[in-house]
Amino acid sequence: MDAAFVPNAVQRCSLRTFALWMLVWLALVVWGLVSAFLCFYKGLNQTNMNHYFAFGLWIVFDLSLIALGAGAFFTGFLTHIIGNVFIYPFVKSLKAIIKPAVVIGFICYSAAIAMLGVDIGQPLRGWFIFWHANVHSMLTEVSFCITVYLGVLTIEYLPIILSNRKLKEVPELNIFGNNLHHMVALFAAAGTFLSFFHQGSLGGMFGVLFGRPFAFREGFLIWPWTFFLFIHSSIAAGPSFTLLCVWIAQKATGKKLVKDSVLIVLAKISGWLLATYIVLKIMDTVGWAYGVVPKAGLSFIDFYQGTYGVWLMVAEIGVFGIIPAIILITPSLRERSGLVIIGAAMNVTGIVLNRFVFAIQTLAIPVMPFDTFMSYIPTWQEWGIALGSIGYGIMVFSLSYRYLPLFPQEAELNPVTVLGKGVTDFGVVKRG
Amino acid sequence: MFPFVFEWGWDVGRLIFMGLLYMVLGAIGFGLLYAFVMTWLKLTGRDRLYERLWLRFPFTLW
Repeated sequence: MDAAFVPNAVQRCSLRTFALWMLVWLALVVWGLVSAFLCFYKGLNQTNMNHYFAFGLWIVFDLSLIALGAGAFFTGFLTHIIGNVFIYPFVKSLKAIIKPAVVIGFICYSAAIAMLGVDIGQPLRGWFIFWHANVHSMLTEVSFCITVYLGVLTIEYLPIILSNRKLKEVPELNIFGNNLHHMVALFAAAGTFLSFFHQGSLGGMFGVLFGRPFAFREGFLIWPWTFFLFIHSSIAAGPSFTLLCVWIAQKATGKKLVKDSVLIVLAKISGWLLATYIVLKIMDTVGWAYGVVPKAGLSFIDFYQGTYGVWLMVAEIGVFGIIPAIILITPSLRERSGLVIIGAAMNVTGIVLNRFVFAIQTLAIPVMPFDTFMSYIPTWQEWGIALGSIGYGIMVFSLSYRYLPLFPQEAELNPVTVLGKGVTDFGVVKRG
Repeated sequence: MFPFVFEWGWDVGRLIFMGLLYMVLGAIGFGLLYAFVMTWLKLTGRDRLYERLWLRFPFTLW
């Protein structure tokens, strides 16, 4: 029924199967919408956030989505800026992955901003942060940059939408899409600039918390070290997340969508960035333990108690940091298809854990002598909105995959033949 | 955000922050405007002007 909208020379499942698949994720979205309605109608008392935990599950998801969405800007930067100006050997491979990376970035940022819309409690006053901007606040910088960057991602997504087989038949849309795509280097440069600052400011936001020695860091000029570590960790995890999403799409569709060499390139980039990040993170942690901690009159173990024990640091830096870095930078390991996926998944888990530690553990640690270690369990409404964003993401990606030519290598890797002849246009075979 | 908003001051911090923001917004706006203008030129048959205005990356960008 929707065959006319499916890209040329590729096969898709029946509309019925697709509708059933979408229904599963729609259920998550509905759960999210119900939760959002309750939060708007009854207020933030629907959550377990309180005066101790001003940041909860949503901020953990936000920070994680924004870090994982960095694959879009970093792949765009390597492809359109570095690849256009310098001789960069991986450009050809990255061009095969840039479209899904943009879609994933768009999903991550739009979901994060939607979640923030609920998190601020009164979205009708959301514009205050722009209109009455406090230019000395890291959070203001983050708000400006993620909003403008979502605009950039929408502009980058638009030519992909306009490349739909039916939309392409409209000359106005086709020409506009081509012209917009022609300017993609400019948008990629703007996206890189915006991403650099908001990824950094998300980390800087914690690093400047002078009253919370767990997060506080010295730094360079006005920027604490966490500013640079957040940028570094996001560009290390972003390509791994893109790799993981493409692998999941391959498993879900039962098709090879990109050549293995493309995934290996992403793994290599991600691995070296992760390895350098982990070295810097260890240096930062040692510097913190012997610098900030004694200056605050505390000891290392004061910060790791109850649910939030030392195991969190071992998991974040050791298990989900050093091990995936070794897997992804060692050619013989990353070239094994199973291990490369495990490495990428561990890398992604490590970054999510890092964001969890900064958002939740920072707030769990007592700051007053009469305080105790706090803990926080999200309510079903909080889970609903967080998981709803995942459902939304899978729905947008599935629709994009079905109707847009996301993977330029797909037709070559999965030739469609009818009566022994290759099909280059949907279902059309010239006889004789 | 704008000089006519009451808390605006002509201090260095604000000028750097807002200056960079408006620079990026300007670049994005230019890109969009360029795409619209080029589309209009192509659709109205002004092919010679279209060719003259066609930016060739990366040299024109840098």
